[in-house]
Amino acid sequence: MGQILDFTLLFLLLVTAVATARVRDLFAAVMLSGIYGLVSASFFVTMDAVDVAFTEAAVGAGVFPLLLLAVLAMVGRYEKTAYRRPWAALILVTITGAMLVNGTLDMPAFGSADSPAQQHVAQRYIEESPEEIGIPNMVTSVLASYRGYDTLGEVVVIFTAAIGVLALLPSLGGGVRRKRESDGMGDHQVLRIVSKILMPVILLFALYVQFHGEYGPGGGFQAGVIFAAGIILYTMLFGLDTAQAVIKPSVLRVLAATGVLLYGGVGLLSFLSGANFLDYSALAEDPVSGQHIGIILIELGVGITVAAAIILIFFAFSEAAGENGEET
Amino acid sequence: MDILLSLVSQFCLALGAFLIFSGGVGVLRFPDFYTRMHAAGVTETLAAGLILVGLMILAGWSLVLFKLVLILLFIMITSPTASHALAKSALHGKLEPFRQVKQEGE
Amino acid sequence: MLAGTAIALLVVMAMALIRALLGPTIYDRILAVNLFGTKTVLLIAVAGFLFGRPDFLDIALTYALINFISVIGVLRFFEYSNAQTDGKGA
Repeated sequence: MGQILDFTLLFLLLVTAVATARVRDLFAAVMLSGIYGLVSASFFVTMDAVDVAFTEAAVGAGVFPLLLLAVLAMVGRYEKTAYRRPWAALILVTITGAMLVNGTLDMPAFGSADSPAQQHVAQRYIEESPEEIGIPNMVTSVLASYRGYDTLGEVVVIFTAAIGVLALLPSLGGGVRRKRESDGMGDHQVLRIVSKILMPVILLFALYVQFHGEYGPGGGFQAGVIFAAGIILYTMLFGLDTAQAVIKPSVLRVLAATGVLLYGGVGLLSFLSGANFLDYSALAEDPVSGQHIGIILIELGVGITVAAAIILIFFAFSEAAGENGEET
Repeated sequence: MDILLSLVSQFCLALGAFLIFSGGVGVLRFPDFYTRMHAAGVTETLAAGLILVGLMILAGWSLVLFKLVLILLFIMITSPTASHALAKSALHGKLEPFRQVKQEGE
Repeated sequence: MLAGTAIALLVVMAMALIRALLGPTIYDRILAVNLFGTKTVLLIAVAGFLFGRPDFLDIALTYALINFISVIGVLRFFEYSNAQTDGKGA
């Protein structure tokens, strides 16, 4: 059964990828990319990578298409087709692809016990994690504690991406804006009511994911994305102005930085308590509870930054699309 | 009792699978958007509900049951809403419903 | 029966994908994506039972929420861009 699932999902993935590349209607391409996210997340589920599947579910199938759509609102719906047949590019891509495929031939078989990934540090993590960190979800203990540096780097990357988008797109909340008439989905009464009912559930679920990350799949990244998706839903239905009255962009900007600072602060605190940077054992009398405190705090930092960054990026795109709309 | 429960669960799953499949055929074969939406609607409420109820019986009293109830609740709320919004949007977008041309001699 | 249900779900996912590729209108594609999404929710739930890993359900739960949001998103931006180009699309 597992093999049937794998093969079918891979086949669907391939069909979707080819179709996405070939479609000229960009709306259709965005929708196919949403399907691509759904399929690849199902694939991660069958590979037992539950945390990765969770992230893919929230990002690949949820927020990524939404951001692409916000871009489409700015650039128009159809691909410009005025180009010559790019033979040189095709040859280059073919050669690169052939080299990559050739490279994969040297890789160890999937799940083989003597592959470097299994032999290096993984074994130690798996054996020591229950005593050293003491939380049931080993992925979280690797992500947040053993590999704390890497995760800090990822959070900084997300923070930087938000800064980049804000720097490139028109500034938020600056200057006086006219109230837009086409804001929100005013004529969808049913949708507005149902979404109002769903909003608290979505935000609550995000908090559950945030603080349940130690026991099951989930954590700061996923929670941040789900929280942001809830706010994005609100923005789409009730308009940018209402949403920005609920959550001010200036507050969001401070929050995005706060998350990174919280993460780094925990690292510094453990540094000052006499341990290594991001070694949470020093945070409490008992090393294991120190680890717990550290992981909860940094996951919170990750969640805050991710949520704030995604909402900021979405606001910036909607804003820019609105400005474009007024000009044309 | 256990046998009965497992039978009910099997029945729910089988019926759900059948309805899902027939809905899928409908989405592929029906002539226009609105009829296809009708076929899709069957799979999204009744069939999804049956499959989830079948899983619930398998799960027994546990946190898993609670999560399945939540999923069912979400699907029951969101799917009809999404379908409604989609149909409304299509109608406002001037998409004409398909009408069978009357046969001669009728 | 779980395996049978999973196979039926896979088949319907493939059918929805074909519908998404064929179109012909944008609404058909949105419908297909929505259908694909709910079937993925069910597939993940069924796969959780099939492999004896009920913690998959958290992911299914996420999907059930996210899928709704993305369908609304597509509608929102489609109506928006339609209003700008005066219904040239569709």
